[in-house]
Amino acid sequence: MTEVRVEGLTKAYGPAKALDEVTLTFPDGGFFGLLGPSGSGKTTLLRAIAGFVTPDTGRIWLGDQAVERVPVEDREIGMVFQSYALFPNMTVAENVAFGLEVRRIPGPDRTRRVVEALDLVQLGGYGGRKPSELSGGQRQRVAMARAIVTRPRVLLLDEPLSALDRALRVDMQIELKRIQREVGITTIFVTHDQEEALTLSDRIGILRDGRLVREGTPRAVYDDPQDAFTARFLGEANVLTGLPEAGGLRLADGTLLPGVTTPAIALRPEALAFAVPPPDTPHRLQARLAQRIFSGATGTLVLDWQGQRLKLTASERDLLDLPAEGSPLWLHWPAAAALALRDAG
Amino acid sequence: MIVVARAYLGLILVFLYAPIIVMGVMSLNASEFYALPFDFSTEWYERLFANEEVLAASWRSVWIALVVATVATTLGTMASLALWRHDFPGKRILQALLFPPIAVPWLIIGTAMLVFFFGIGLGRGTPAVVLGHVALALPYVIITVTARMQSFDRALDEAARSLGARSWTVARKVILPYASPGIIAGWLFAFAVSFDQFVVSYFLAEPGDSTLPVLIYTAIRKGFTPEINAIATIIIAVSMTLMIVAARFARFGGTR
Repeated sequence: MTEVRVEGLTKAYGPAKALDEVTLTFPDGGFFGLLGPSGSGKTTLLRAIAGFVTPDTGRIWLGDQAVERVPVEDREIGMVFQSYALFPNMTVAENVAFGLEVRRIPGPDRTRRVVEALDLVQLGGYGGRKPSELSGGQRQRVAMARAIVTRPRVLLLDEPLSALDRALRVDMQIELKRIQREVGITTIFVTHDQEEALTLSDRIGILRDGRLVREGTPRAVYDDPQDAFTARFLGEANVLTGLPEAGGLRLADGTLLPGVTTPAIALRPEALAFAVPPPDTPHRLQARLAQRIFSGATGTLVLDWQGQRLKLTASERDLLDLPAEGSPLWLHWPAAAALALRDAG
Repeated sequence: MIVVARAYLGLILVFLYAPIIVMGVMSLNASEFYALPFDFSTEWYERLFANEEVLAASWRSVWIALVVATVATTLGTMASLALWRHDFPGKRILQALLFPPIAVPWLIIGTAMLVFFFGIGLGRGTPAVVLGHVALALPYVIITVTARMQSFDRALDEAARSLGARSWTVARKVILPYASPGIIAGWLFAFAVSFDQFVVSYFLAEPGDSTLPVLIYTAIRKGFTPEINAIATIIIAVSMTLMIVAARFARFGGTR
């Protein structure tokens, strides 16, 4: 099995750096999500590991082999493309068999492995069809089967679900995770969908402007984002900034939040509570109710505080006794819910 | 409105096909002087197939067209795949230079080729005809193959390589099968361009060694017989079949 590691990886396109000194370890057998806005370098990083992009400097390790100079076809990778890239002139079985054929795996063995791979993605019996006769979700599964049938050292997924509609995407997330667990291949996938990243990944890495901003388990990064970009990018966050004092953080409206030593904090919308009479805690703000949004099981309150919009989400039944829109409202939170940020973003 | 549009379309088709149909019908009329009423006869076809000169020219036309189509398709496919795959300095100029020969009058191309082939010592004859036809057919092949490759998803190439395929395998198993409708269409076009070519053949072929269109022209000058109608009808049938098949492969007029 294979641990993948990149060290000091840099790639510049003219003056713009698509990758800037990225060092990152992708644990053996893990499901690693690379996350970032468009242009953050996540796709470049994936394509560098695949071999389609040659880094200017830095090293790429697949297990104990350094592969920067190894061409794509010799890297023993499996890749699933955004467009699936199924060969239109071949049947499903021929698509899946392609990698085995290139490796000169003999016929009977090849057939057996193709059948196994198609069974694994629950497409047994579809071998004789052409890709054009399949639905989007089925093509996705074929692409997956084709990528894993060669038992690659690493499986690279480039926005694998972005072409599917929402309901199917959720199903395929569960399916992808199951397949990856069964085969146990180190998997790296790129997405701009943070929910997808949180659902699928054992670990995530967040990139911004070619730099690795943060890396860790989804929970650790979500619960302790450390900087405003990560806080806002992974989930929603109300970022409050002020001046640190001896007693805590002094906000623009004069509120002192005790115990805070950083210039900013993030408050998750679901961590906030509201009250009409002033609550008995120093961790509170007075804001005004601007808007109430119904969205099914949960509801959202949009509040105005010092010209800044804050969001609160709660279960619908906790949002029954609300004052009229425009009324003043107290927001409060447990001290531990204030996530310390080293910058204001 | 629809009635007007249909009538208009009908008139266009009549304008295009009426002379051809008249000729086809007359090739089956017994009268040498286009006399009506129509009297069915296959006499002109029989005479045609007894005419050694016509048969020899037909055969020469066909095999020249086969050679030209194959050579032009091979060269043209390689050229369009190279243009599709690689970026190099001067690529745009090179691509732009491929199109003017289609627009240059054949008479001028024929003259230029004749001068050129004499200049290099090749002179007139079948090799000159083949070379000239290949040059004329090449742009058609490049255009059809390039058009086909426009819709190629480059991820297919990357997918094949990620699965371990070297560039030769990728070309053979992925790129060429994808390009094949364009290649077949290009071959058919090239065949038709050569088979139907008159002007350049007239300039480059040696007397007594002419292709079918050149022979027909010479025959007309001597005196028009319904035999010409018969051979022309056969040529039109062959050419139009080729074009219809080519259009199916190249998917002109929309996809199915």
